[in-house]
Amino acid sequence: MSDSFRAKVDIALTVNGEPVEARVPAGRHLIDFLRLDLGLTGAHASCEHGVCGACTVRVDGDAVRGCLTLAAQLDGSEVWTVEGLSDTAEIRVLQDAFVARNALQCGFCTPGMLVAAQELLHRRPIPDRAAIREHLSGNYCRCTGYEAIVDAVEDTLRKCADEDMA
Amino acid sequence: MTLNFGNPNRPNSYIGKTVPRPNAPKLVEGRGRYVDDITLPRMVHVAFVRSPFAHARITGIDTTEAEAARGVLRVFTGADLAAVCTPWVGVLAHLKGLKSPPEHPMAVDRACWVGEPVVAVVATSRAAAEDGAALVDVDYDPLPVVTDMMTALDKDTPVLHPEMGDNLAFRRQHEEGDTDKAFATAHKVVSARFTTARHTGVTLEPRSILVDWNPADGQMTAYHATQAPHMIQTVLAKHLDLPEGRVRVICGDVGGSYGIKVHVYPDEVATAAIAKVMGRPVKFIADRLESFTTDIHARDHQIEAKIAVDETGKILGFDVDDWTAIGAYSVYPRTSAMEGNQVVNLCGGPYDFANYRASTTVVFQNKTPTCQYRAVGHPIAVAITEGLVDMAAAELGIDPVEIRRRNMYADDAYPVTSPAKMRFEGLSHHASMDKLLSLMDYDALRVDQAEARKRGVHRGIGIASFIELTNPSPFMYGIGGARISAQDGCTVRMDPDGSIVALSGVTEQGQGTEAMLSQIVAEGVGVSPSKVRIITGDTQVTPYGGGTWASRGAGIGGEAALRSAMALRDSILDVAAAMLQSDKSKLDIRDGEVVDADTGASRMPLEELGRIVYFRGDTLPKDLPRELVQTRHYITSEYPFAFTNGVQASYLEVDTDTGIVTLLKHWCVEDCGRIINPQLVDEQIRGGIVQGLGGALFEEIHYDAEGQLLNGSMADYLVPMAAEMPDMIIGHVETPTKESTLGAKGAGEAGTAGAPAAVMNAINDALRPLGAQVTHMPFTPERILRALGTIDD
Repeated sequence: MSDSFRAKVDIALTVNGEPVEARVPAGRHLIDFLRLDLGLTGAHASCEHGVCGACTVRVDGDAVRGCLTLAAQLDGSEVWTVEGLSDTAEIRVLQDAFVARNALQCGFCTPGMLVAAQELLHRRPIPDRAAIREHLSGNYCRCTGYEAIVDAVEDTLRKCADEDMA
Repeated sequence: MTLNFGNPNRPNSYIGKTVPRPNAPKLVEGRGRYVDDITLPRMVHVAFVRSPFAHARITGIDTTEAEAARGVLRVFTGADLAAVCTPWVGVLAHLKGLKSPPEHPMAVDRACWVGEPVVAVVATSRAAAEDGAALVDVDYDPLPVVTDMMTALDKDTPVLHPEMGDNLAFRRQHEEGDTDKAFATAHKVVSARFTTARHTGVTLEPRSILVDWNPADGQMTAYHATQAPHMIQTVLAKHLDLPEGRVRVICGDVGGSYGIKVHVYPDEVATAAIAKVMGRPVKFIADRLESFTTDIHARDHQIEAKIAVDETGKILGFDVDDWTAIGAYSVYPRTSAMEGNQVVNLCGGPYDFANYRASTTVVFQNKTPTCQYRAVGHPIAVAITEGLVDMAAAELGIDPVEIRRRNMYADDAYPVTSPAKMRFEGLSHHASMDKLLSLMDYDALRVDQAEARKRGVHRGIGIASFIELTNPSPFMYGIGGARISAQDGCTVRMDPDGSIVALSGVTEQGQGTEAMLSQIVAEGVGVSPSKVRIITGDTQVTPYGGGTWASRGAGIGGEAALRSAMALRDSILDVAAAMLQSDKSKLDIRDGEVVDADTGASRMPLEELGRIVYFRGDTLPKDLPRELVQTRHYITSEYPFAFTNGVQASYLEVDTDTGIVTLLKHWCVEDCGRIINPQLVDEQIRGGIVQGLGGALFEEIHYDAEGQLLNGSMADYLVPMAAEMPDMIIGHVETPTKESTLGAKGAGEAGTAGAPAAVMNAINDALRPLGAQVTHMPFTPERILRALGTIDD
C-alpha cells in the first residue's frame, strides 16, 4: 500500500515543550489526539466543526481549531495547550485577570478562550473593546455574557503595555 | 447568634462581599474534570442509532453487520432495554388532566421524533461505536406527522398517541374578576399576537454520562453532568430496580446547564441500563447534532393576548390565550406542561389590576420534547405583559415609564396576592425603576434618540419590568408526586487543623455555588473563606437535596449552609468554654481564633482546639459534647416561591435598510434579596441577559412540515457572540426574604426573563414613527423588513 493510503501515520512533534512520538489513525483529529492519547483534557470538544472555539490550541504559533486539524498533519510541529501555557506561566497574567473578573462560569470554553485571547497580547497599538470583541467572536461562551471576558482581556492588555513601557 | 448584615464592619463579614471563586483557578488552567475527562478501566463507549423520521413504525432491526464490526462489543435494541428498565410517565398530579404515554429509554416499536434513540451500539471507542451504528439496518414505516401546534387539536389531524384520545397534553384556564366586563367597558383595548421561537440551551459541554455498574459491590456509580444528582439517583434506582442507597451519582465539573441538564434523558438512562447489563463502565457523550436533536427545547409558544386600560393608563385587565407544543412526550419527571403553566402564573406580574383571564393549551407534536430551560415561562410572560403595556402606552400617548409607574404595586403594598394567585412577600418595583432610570439616564437617552432620528437614525428604548420565581417549595413538584427535593441540607465539620469542610446538596455548574457557600460558612463559623472547603455533587457524601435549578442554590442551599455553620460555631464554643473555663457567651470565633467577645483578644486558635478535641480528648471533661460536625436542612414554608423582581432596559439601533438590529447598551436592576457575592450575582444576570438577547434576536430551532430539524449545528443555530453583545450595566435593590436568616432569593433567571421584552419594546419604539411593529421572535432582519413592508412576498 502506498504512503498516501496508510490508515495510520507516524508523527513526531513537541507538545507543551515535550517530545511526543505517536502512530495515529489518519482521521484522528488533534483534539482527540490530545485528549484521548495524551490525556491533555484542558482543551474541549464541543461543536466539532470549527465554530465554537472550545478546542482552540496553539500550533506553530497560531491559535487553531483542534477539531479541524488532523494529528497526522502535525509531524514536526510545536503544539501548546492550556496545560503547557499554564506550566510555563506564559498566560498567568491573563488567567489571573479571568479569575479576578470572574470571566468564566462553567469554565468549559475558558481554555480555548485563553489561547485565542493570548494572540491579542502581542498586538500594538492596544485593540479597543470592539476589536477585542471581534477577535473573540470565534469563541462561544454561553455563561458569562462576554463582558467580563472582554474586561479581563482589556485589563491584561493594559498591564502588558504598561510593562512594555517600564 | 444573629448576624448583623447591615453592619459591614461586623466580625467575619464575608456575606455581601466579592471573594474569589475557589474553583476558578483550576478551570483557567484546564484542570477541570468534566465527565468526558474521566477514563475508567474497562470503559466502553455507546453511540445511538437515532430515528431519521419524525414519526415511524419500526418494522425490523438488523444488527448483524454492526455486531461484526471491528471494536463493536454489543448492540441493544429498544426491546432489549425495555426488559431491564421500566418505562416512565412525565405527569404531575397537581397539573390536572396532564397526560403523557409511557416512555422507554429507546423506542420500542415506534419513533416519535427525529433523533429519538432506537438502537445502541457499544464499542471500545466512540469512533468504533459510530462506525457500528452506521451499519445497523432499521426498517421504518413512516407515519403521518403532527408538527403545527395550532392545528394539533383539529379533528382531521392524526392523533400522535392513539391511547391518549387526542393530542391535548394539558389545558389550564384561569379567571379572576370579570374580564369580559372589563374589556367591554374599557377606554382602550389593545391586542397582539406574539410568537416565541423554539430554543435550546446549547451548553458548551454536551450532555455527558459515564455509568459504572460494579456487580461485585452491588453498586452503580454514575458520573453525570447534571444539576440534580439526587433526583437522578432516585430515578436510576427506581427504573433499573436497584436499591436507592446503592446508586451513587457524582456530579463534578459541569460545562453549562441552564436547565438543560436537570432532566431525565432516555439515552442517559439507556447508558445506565447498558452498564448494568454489561457490568462495566459505559460512557455516553452527546455529539453536537445529538445535542440539537435531543437536548430539551423550550419556548415554542404562540399567544393571542390583549390588555384593557382606562383613560389614565390604569390597567383594567389582561386576557391571554397561550398555546405551546411540547414534542412527543412530557419530559420526566418535571413535566413539559410547566412552561405554559408559568405563563398563566406570571403574566401581568408587576401590576396591580383586577381582571385576569389566561389559558394555556399544551399539545403533543412529532418534535424534540420541550421542558424547563432557564427562566421557565418568564420571557414569554414578560414579553406578553410588557409588549401590551407599551402598546397601550403608545395608544394613550403616555411615556412607557409613566404607564408602569401608574400600575406597579406600591413598594409598601406587600404582602400581596396577584390575580394569578401568586403570593408576593415583598417586591420593589418602584425603587428598582428609580434606580434603572438613574443608571441609564433615561431623559438624556430620549434626547439622544430624538437627535438621532433627525439624522435618519432609528434608535429605540425598551423597558421591561418583571417578576421572577425563585426558591421553589414542595408546591413546585412535590405536591405533584415527583421525587424532586425542595429541601436542601449542609453538613459542616471542623478538622484538627481548624479548617472547615462543608458538604452541600446544591451543586456547582459555574454559578459560583462553591464561592457563595464558602462565604456563608466562613461567616457562620468565624473563619476566612480560604479555610473552608466545599464539597458538592456526590450523592453518597452530601446531604440529600434538590440540586441547583430554579434559582435555589443561594436561597435554599445557602440558608442550610448558614444554619449548619452557626450550629458548628455553637459546638466549637461549647468546647472552648470548657477548655478556657469561660462563659460561652463571653467568647466568639473571629478569623479562625476563639476570642474574647468584648475585646476581641485572642484566646485560642481553632487548630489548638482541634488538636485537643481530636487527639487529647482525655483532657476534656468526660461528658462534654464534642461534636465538631453539624448538619442542618432548610425548606421554605410560608410562601410557595420567593418572588424577586427587577426591570431591564435596552437601547438599540435598527437599520431600516437591512433590518439589522445593533444593541447599544443594556441595563438591569434586580432585587434578589440578600446579595452574598456581588460579582457573582452580576455575572449571573449578565449571562442570563445574553441568553435572553439570543432569544430576542438570533435563536430559533427550525423544523420543516415533516418534522425534520433543519438547523442542527452551531453554524446554523445562531447564539450571541462577543461582537454582537453590548456592555451591560447591573444595579441592585435589596429586599431580603423574611423566610430565612440569610434573606437570599435567586438571581439566575432574571436576565433571561426580561431581556427579550426589553429588546422587543426597544425595536418597536424605534419603528413606531414608521408605523411598523414586531412581535414574532427572534427579530431577524427579515422579520423587521417585513414589518416595514420592505419585503412583502
